[in-house]
Amino acid sequence: MNIKKEKNLRRAFFFIALSTLSVLAIITLFIFFEGIPLINKVGVFKFLFGMKWAPSQGLYGIFPMIIGTLSVTLGAALIGVPVALCVSIFLTEFAPKQIRMFMRSTIQLLAGIPSVVYGFWGLTFIVPFIRDYLGGPGLSILAGSLILAIMILPTIISISEVSLLALPGLYKQGSLALGATHWQTIWRVLIPAAKSGIMAAIILGIGRAIGETMAVIMVLGNAVALPNSILDPARTLTTNIGIEMGYASGDHQQALFATGIVLLVMIMILNSAAQYIVRKK
Amino acid sequence: MSKPSKIIARNLNFHYGEKQAIKNLNLEISANEIFALFGPANSGTTTFFRALTRLCDLDPHTKVEGQILLDGKDIRDADVSVTELRRKIGMVFEEPTALPMSIFDNIAYGLRLSGIKDKNLLKERVETALKLTVLWEEVKDRLDTPALRLSGGQQQRLCIARTLAMSPDIIVLDRPCAALDPISTLKIEESLQLLKNQFTIIIIPHSIQQAGRISDKAGFMLYGEMIETGPTRELFTNPKDQRTNDYITGRFG
Repeated sequence: MNIKKEKNLRRAFFFIALSTLSVLAIITLFIFFEGIPLINKVGVFKFLFGMKWAPSQGLYGIFPMIIGTLSVTLGAALIGVPVALCVSIFLTEFAPKQIRMFMRSTIQLLAGIPSVVYGFWGLTFIVPFIRDYLGGPGLSILAGSLILAIMILPTIISISEVSLLALPGLYKQGSLALGATHWQTIWRVLIPAAKSGIMAAIILGIGRAIGETMAVIMVLGNAVALPNSILDPARTLTTNIGIEMGYASGDHQQALFATGIVLLVMIMILNSAAQYIVRKK
Repeated sequence: MSKPSKIIARNLNFHYGEKQAIKNLNLEISANEIFALFGPANSGTTTFFRALTRLCDLDPHTKVEGQILLDGKDIRDADVSVTELRRKIGMVFEEPTALPMSIFDNIAYGLRLSGIKDKNLLKERVETALKLTVLWEEVKDRLDTPALRLSGGQQQRLCIARTLAMSPDIIVLDRPCAALDPISTLKIEESLQLLKNQFTIIIIPHSIQQAGRISDKAGFMLYGEMIETGPTRELFTNPKDQRTNDYITGRFG
């Protein structure tokens, strides 16, 4: 009787677990089902590398948006990653206990701010600042990168902090006892030892940056043209969907789903890379 | 006075916050001998090592008073470099502290930090060190594999080798065999006997038997106080203090 009950319980849990998987499968299938016909109609090459996005004329080239996504994300990583790593090293190695506790909860609060608030703040503060002091319209790749850099900080900081904290204290002792300074110990022993965790943190942060939509819509300017400098406006894959989904239909709507496919593939590549790095350790 | 004193501790007091871990310690250790510092848990032996290597500096809650002289010079003087000091006094911990890098790099790490860059010299020093701890034959074909894949006993011998490679004046070992099997223990004890001609060795033994087996002189500590020091044979056969006698004969602790 009891054994039977346990078996049923196990089955129930299995099905609940399976249902999350099937949600993923349904969404993925749906996106592909909607998007693939358009990609076939336009041609893979023309879709990915086409320079012109003009749905009213039946032109669906998303290359400017791929570049937009890549450049905004790269900018966010270049600004955000060094800052995040410095913070996590400071928190684990140098900060007194009270400061560490305080900063940790503050950083978690940073993760709780809704993205629309980030975007609004960026629009009223960063955008005018760039326009006044650096030139251009202000709505720009630089503005998007700055906002995203702030938004990915909590992810990178907390994951790399965890992987640094997980190191055995023996590493530090052993290194110091050999006459290494604290800084040499951090640089040559602790960071290499936590490397896979730190890499995973960076990739997850980048994944977050690629997927972010709302804040980016508000500060990026959303022009569908190949940007020439970081002060130019741009459009990303996510914002393309976000802006046009309200009125798109027919081929246009399918093209947005096709944009989603490209986005999905990018994220999948990143996640596999993260898993590969963690496992390779 | 046959040999000059290598280490002298004078009126040493050590506090962890409110708790006093070492009380008015006085101790002299001569060069080229094995000194066993033994006592039950919380007797202050490990703390003495942390003070001697200044590894306690990292903990802001510790307070040290009194003097520790190394070759007549106070190790806490302002002009003493901590990293230099730790190269002179090599410490081996109770648990193996192999670093997450290859066997070769574990030994080369400290050497590189001390400024040795020549590859052949590094190879030579690594080989010598591994031979001193009788580990060479076991690992010579896989020097580039991760050190953390070695067994516990091998890792501990690697850590001793790493310390020896730095050519320190003094080696301090904190219960180096506590986690090891008897064969590995024997191997380490044998190497220590060979090494005392070149180094001064202070060891916290994991058992009274080990203290008796390997040391020339010994000191018995209890609750932060040095109860008695003397030649090991004398201390073990004819202790002057009742507490030493009780501990050695197993009547407490």
